[in-house]
Amino acid sequence: MDVLTDNFSLYGKGFLGTVELTVYASALALVLGFVMAAFRVAPVGSFRVFGAAWVTVLRNTPLTLLFFAVMLGLPRFGLVLPFELFAVLALGCYTSAFICEALRSGINTVPRGQGEAARSLGMTFAQTLGTVVLPQAFRSVIPPIGSTLIALAKNSAIAGAFSVTELLGTYKTLSELGYSIIWTFVWIAVGYLLITLTISVLFNVLEKRWGVAR
Amino acid sequence: MAVVDPLIELRDVNKHFGTLHVLQDINLTVGRGEVVVVIGPSGSGKSTLCRAMNRLENVESGEIRIDGQPLPAEGKALARLRAEVGMVFQSFNLFAHRTVLANVSLAQIKVRGRKKEEADRRSRELLDRVGLADHADKYPAQLSGGQQQRVAIARALAMDPKALLFDEPTSALDPEMINEVLEVMQQLAHEGMTMVVVTHEMGFARSAANRVVFMADGRIVEDRPPEDFFTAPRSDRAKDFLSKILKH
Repeated sequence: MDVLTDNFSLYGKGFLGTVELTVYASALALVLGFVMAAFRVAPVGSFRVFGAAWVTVLRNTPLTLLFFAVMLGLPRFGLVLPFELFAVLALGCYTSAFICEALRSGINTVPRGQGEAARSLGMTFAQTLGTVVLPQAFRSVIPPIGSTLIALAKNSAIAGAFSVTELLGTYKTLSELGYSIIWTFVWIAVGYLLITLTISVLFNVLEKRWGVAR
Repeated sequence: MAVVDPLIELRDVNKHFGTLHVLQDINLTVGRGEVVVVIGPSGSGKSTLCRAMNRLENVESGEIRIDGQPLPAEGKALARLRAEVGMVFQSFNLFAHRTVLANVSLAQIKVRGRKKEEADRRSRELLDRVGLADHADKYPAQLSGGQQQRVAIARALAMDPKALLFDEPTSALDPEMINEVLEVMQQLAHEGMTMVVVTHEMGFARSAANRVVFMADGRIVEDRPPEDFFTAPRSDRAKDFLSKILKH
């Protein structure tokens, strides 16, 4: 118990770091995932190819490797950003591939004919997607997107290895200070639980509110 | 057959599905105010022909013109042109998450830029016309198939289209619901709406069509007034088809 009360501010900083990473990367992942899902079902072939390439590359690259690529690669092209921002970029892009596929599976649950009907009425691709397809797809993708964001929260631990302040990274300082490694990790685990359970609750509420009525 | 005022024109249209040559050198002109019924055995390309007219199916060669304008490639121009050609599907395809009223109003607001009140007023008029004024606030799943199809017709009419395409509008309906849909279509035909109807309803073809187009194996085999076609089909293919469906 001492390890928490003695180092509350250290834990707090780490916890906030993880929360920030999770929130910003989630926002980026949702926006990018949405755009990529739109690309993947677009009537224009080159958009579909781009979306498919995005998903294939990001979904199949180990996240740690992606962190290396972003942290070491981008500065070579003259793009130097704070490590936190690089971490958000890596996490957000990586997760966007999974969000994209979840959204696309939701889009596939909407009968094709409804999209055709919308187009036959003169609605553009964007209008069809926005007013007919996605509102119905949205209902069935709430659970998988919740899972993806929970995974993102836990994946953010990798950022700690790249000098970003986050929850898991606090163990290094604490073990140097000589605290019991077990209790250090127990409290770290509790911190993650707080974040992931919050996401769970949020998505349960969303599902109750918007989920498919049966 | 000479058509005075052509609205839909297809010239030398070809399309394949893999190795299947589903539309072979199709030439067809539909005049303004004409009702053309397309019949033929399944797999003959009738639905594809119908869907090609508003480019829900791409064609590989040939030209399709609506009111003199060639069908544009995918994009805003195509969307504008589609708004002029309504379509009614076999499986109704109503927007499941919207009420009946919203189904009819949605494209009026999004595409025609009408105000919501104006669109809803027009929608209620049309729903009244297809006999569903009392169902405006229900969801599609709460309606019978025949009712859903009548909503779909109202939805297409709401765009004030120049022509309506019907892709087997009664094929997914229980027998006792077919008539309620055909009656609405009959009424539209009498009012002078230009219609292309892919159907197996020979009664409708006889009573409402100006011309019957008989398709087989991706080709238009006959294109004649219904009385001529039904009493004296010229081709063996049509004779064979009619003998099979009219015998019962």
